[in-house]
This record gives sequence, C-alpha cells and structure tokens, in this order.
Amino acid sequence: MNPKIVFATLVSAAGLSAALPAQAEGDYRAKAIEMIKRDFKPRGQAGLDRLAEDGVQAICNRTGNNPKGDIVKVLEADQMASIQWPADGKLMGDWKKGEALAQSGRGFTWSDQPGLPVGGNCYNCHQIGPNELAYGTVGPSLLNFGKLRGNSPEMQKYVYAKIYNAKAYNLCSEMPRFGRVGALTPEQIKDLVALLLDPASPVNK
Amino acid sequence: MRKTLLGSVCAALGLLLGPIAAHAQAEIDHAKAAKEFEKFRAEMEDSNPAELNELRGEELWHAKRGPKNVSLAESCDLGLGIGKLEGAYVQMPRYFQDADAVMDAERRIVWCMVEKQGFKFEDIAKKPFQGPNDTSAPDITNLVMYVAGLSRGKPFAVDLKHPKVREVYELGKEVAQYRAGPFDFACNTCHGAEGKRIRMQDLPKISTKEGAAKAVLGWPAWRMTGGVALTMQWRMNDCFRQQRFPEPKYASDTITALLTYLTANANGVIYKGPGIKR
Repeated sequence: MNPKIVFATLVSAAGLSAALPAQAEGDYRAKAIEMIKRDFKPRGQAGLDRLAEDGVQAICNRTGNNPKGDIVKVLEADQMASIQWPADGKLMGDWKKGEALAQSGRGFTWSDQPGLPVGGNCYNCHQIGPNELAYGTVGPSLLNFGKLRGNSPEMQKYVYAKIYNAKAYNLCSEMPRFGRVGALTPEQIKDLVALLLDPASPVNK
Repeated sequence: MRKTLLGSVCAALGLLLGPIAAHAQAEIDHAKAAKEFEKFRAEMEDSNPAELNELRGEELWHAKRGPKNVSLAESCDLGLGIGKLEGAYVQMPRYFQDADAVMDAERRIVWCMVEKQGFKFEDIAKKPFQGPNDTSAPDITNLVMYVAGLSRGKPFAVDLKHPKVREVYELGKEVAQYRAGPFDFACNTCHGAEGKRIRMQDLPKISTKEGAAKAVLGWPAWRMTGGVALTMQWRMNDCFRQQRFPEPKYASDTITALLTYLTANANGVIYKGPGIKR
C-alpha cells in the first residue's frame, strides 16, 4: 500500500474521534463495512482491493462528506503534493482530443477491458461544449469556462490540478481523482485543460 | 398475444428512437423528452412483455420441481403463510424466522428453492440474470415477476418497527453512502441530491419517498435495451458495476440491505406491478 495513503488513514483516524457521531451510527457503519467486505467478489479488473477506503474516503465516509478542522487542510495538501506535472511544463494540449476524451464514459468497470484508455467521463456530470446537449448535471456547467476566467498560467495550473486530483481543493468533492488513480495521463489532462481554456475551443466561442 | 406485444414493442422503439435521432441533429428539451418517454411507457405497460414472464413464473410456482419434487405453492412462505402471495412482494424485505434473516423477495424465493425444492444455491447463482443474448429469462426472474404481479395496486409496506428489519435498513443506509473504489463513488454520489442527471438520465434522490419510489417502481422490469426481463437484484448489481466496485454476490446481505433501505423509503407508495424500463 502507498505509504502516503497509510499516513493519511492514520491521521484521519487520530483526528476523527471528536467528529464521530453517536455511538449507534458508528456501530452500523462498522457492521456495514464488515458486510460489504463479505459480500463482493472480484470480477474483471475490479478486485476486492477497491472496497478498502483510503484516507480521504475514510474521513469523508465518517463525516457525511463534511469534515472539519485543520486535518482537512493537511489532507488537501497531501492530495496536492501527489500531483504529477507534465515534464515539458506546458499545461494546454489539444482541445479536439480533449473533447473526444470528455465524451467517453468508459473505463474501470468490471466489464471494461483492462488496459484500454479510460474516458474522461466529463459529460456524464458537466455541461461543457455548446454542441453536446446530452450532458449531466451532477457537477457545475463548464460552458464558457475560459471565456469567463481567461487562461493565465495560474488558471491553467488550477484546471490541470483540479482534473488531476479534485480532492486537492475540496477534500470530499464528488469528482474522481483522474490523475491520482491513473485513469488519465498528464498528456490527456492537458487536452482537457485545452478544452476548457483554449480560446479556439467551442467551449469559449 | 405475442404478436400484439411485438407490435407495441416496435411502436415503442420507434417512439423512443425519434427523440434520440432528433438529439443527434441539434436541439433537445430534456424535460420534454423525459415526459414523452413516461407517456409512452405508461401506454406500453398496458401490454407489457413482462406479462409472459409472469405467466411462466405462475407455471413454475405451481410445478413440482427440484430434487425433492415439491412445488413452491405447497411449500414456500413469503411472509403471509404458505401459498399466500397477494401483497407479499410489497411487504418484503421482511424478517423470516425460519431462516433467521431479513430477505428481499428474490432472495426469499431462492431460499425456498434451495430449502424446500432441493436446488443448489450455486447453480441458481451461477447465472441469475438474463443476458443480452439469452432468448429467455432464468426461472428465478420469472418467479419474481409472478410474485411481484400479485402485489399490483398495493402500497409498499416494509415493517421498520421490526428491530431486525430496522437494523438491516440502517445498514443499507450506510452502504448507500460508502465511498470507495478508483472513482470514490458511493450510491449517493449520483443518488444523494435532487434534480441531478447523468447525461440524459434523471437520478432520483433515494433518501426521499418520491426518489425511492422512482427507484423501486416498475421493477422487476422488461427492459427495452436488449429486450430482457430483469429484477432489482440485477439493478443493484449493475449500479455497483458503474460505481467501479467489484461484483456483489447474488442474493447477499448487502443487496438485501440496500433493497430494504430503498423499499422502506418508498413505504406508502402504490406499487404498479412489473414495469418497462428503457
């Protein structure tokens, strides 16, 4: 196991006693986790290791996604430190590739072929380009994202980091940590940055 | 009968493909499309292909089967007494003393097949769901369809006053909020807020009565995609697939817990029988 994850789990376990809700709820949670560990079997690429909580998941699960205190800043900083930046220092790639990636919702399920590129899953939850009308609403609309915010180096860094690891900014964000878990490569994330920030991208037209 | 069913299925698919084609062109009104789909689904449910599954399930229920050559009709108690099926589906999951467990309808029927008829659990669990290339549904699906059909018009009534049912409900609530896996998803990631969508798919908030009703009404269902008959056990299984979890074991405690949580949250809502899903 990744030492960072172990560390985070320890920190969260130590810092949580104050935040724990009533005893009964804790009992149900412990029993539920025991039950979950009994009731699944590995299939395809989805092994039983996926049932274990890492530090971030543990603290979010135990606080109803609303942890409090300094520990939140510490754990967010851990997530930020995990971000791998592109070797060439450039953060904007090809928005056309980014659009194709944003469309794809595949990857990581037991029915997906292991090793095939994982999709960005972006349209599942976000409005992005003006031409795709079958978009989800779990996340905020990103239409005109760059038009409204510009594409300064800071903005590029923010978007890259947010896609790489959304938990670096909001520990219990609903958004997956695409770079952190190896779903998307730095090159792919650069293409998604371009989709949102490139003035030539339809998102900003 | 079959001809009429096929006719309505084709008509339905035509209606369904209409909006999809339009969306490829350009404009689409999400709310309008959803409303249109609901309308034709309601019309279609008057001649639901799942009726064939119910009929097959009725035959199976009354047939002497298994190594012990016993019928379920003469041996299986779904909570209201042996042979009493009306209203049984909407009162499950419930606690069964003979098994000392809370069980959902499908799990209970499997339990009867194993304990009373002598079937092997592993044989049933090997392929419990109809696949896209299967011409017919497994026996267990047809049996669930039959039992569910006999609760049409009855309100969901899971007994949360029973301490064991209550405990399983609380466990289900925990499962629904348990985030794990590569994408940090829980059931509640998609089903924890009002008015959300994944792509075009509306996502009910399962902690509310209305949301839970949307989740449980119309199951078991005849599903247009693939033309297959599927149960709530399958629905939970496929949710976990999309959640990027490993596969839940068939008829396991975790599935019963989730079904207890969902169904009890919909208590009081009138069940309309097996439905049609996209």
